[in-house]
Amino acid sequence: MSRRVRLLVFLLSGAGVAVLFTLAAVRLPDFGGTWHPYGERTLPNAIRRHTPNVISSINFDQRAFDTLGEELILMAAALAAVVILRTVRAEQEDAAGAHAYGPAEVSDALRITGYLLLPVIMVTGVYVVAHGYISPGGGFQGGVVLGSAIHLIYLAGDYPALARIRPIPMFESGEAVAAGVFVLLALAFAGQVKAMNAAVGLEVGCALVLVLAKFFEQALLVRKDA
Amino acid sequence: MSHLPYLVAGWILLAGIYGLVTSRNLVHAVVCLSVAQSATYVLLLTIGYRKKATAPVFSDIKPTRNVVDPVVQAMTLTDIVVGATVTALLLALTVQVAKRRGTVDPDELRSLEP
Repeated sequence: MSRRVRLLVFLLSGAGVAVLFTLAAVRLPDFGGTWHPYGERTLPNAIRRHTPNVISSINFDQRAFDTLGEELILMAAALAAVVILRTVRAEQEDAAGAHAYGPAEVSDALRITGYLLLPVIMVTGVYVVAHGYISPGGGFQGGVVLGSAIHLIYLAGDYPALARIRPIPMFESGEAVAAGVFVLLALAFAGQVKAMNAAVGLEVGCALVLVLAKFFEQALLVRKDA
Repeated sequence: MSHLPYLVAGWILLAGIYGLVTSRNLVHAVVCLSVAQSATYVLLLTIGYRKKATAPVFSDIKPTRNVVDPVVQAMTLTDIVVGATVTALLLALTVQVAKRRGTVDPDELRSLEP
């Protein structure tokens, strides 16, 4: 299909979608209206179960079974990304310290800022996970903060140090254990919002670190055999 | 004009798909898919919006206070997580396509193998 034909097909079908979507949208309840039957049914349950953050209550208590599916999607996608990014036969992977990406290329101010921010952001991540049931936040958000935090070491210009502080096998086990714990919690002990937040936070953090580690390897360490 | 926010979601969806259709680069296509998907965030959040209501977190407000619909907010969270994982997976595929085929232009990737 040439580019022009493709664009023409898009314009026709896009116009169709636009018309149907507009027709559907004008029949929806008014924007900002007071009719929210599902939302109103979740509020008393959340308050009764002492989970002031209703969104955490929905995700980990009232709809915990759905979150189990979401969690497994996350794990499957992380696993697939890791498998796809494996080193193929015609390539070799260098050791993390073999290249001088690094300290020399970054200004001292940036490096010190990175090292100083690392503990602050780790604590922030733990806070977001631990208080997810009571304030905005939770396992997914806090896990991303935690997983991103250790990459400050890389932004501070030290890839070998990053490779040292994130031993891949440990994070692989962490991911598997967290996923297992979450499945157990969702099937047998649904409603343990704090524990489920912690399991999700650990899993999301580990998955993020693993996937980013594979991208780092591709960008920095893998080279083709001459 | 009370339905305009819903139409914004449709507009974002079409803008994302337009980007996908005209894309000359797989990384650009992945980002366009993210744009198209963000239409669902806008749609879900606009459906849950309620005038003069606050966030559904009752740690520091009275239980009788009006809040926006928490169900669609929880679904948006699910949506964002799934979107992020799909983006990671597609970018991983793009890395392999670039390595094996030496191009990331979708138009040059007609056949399955060179």
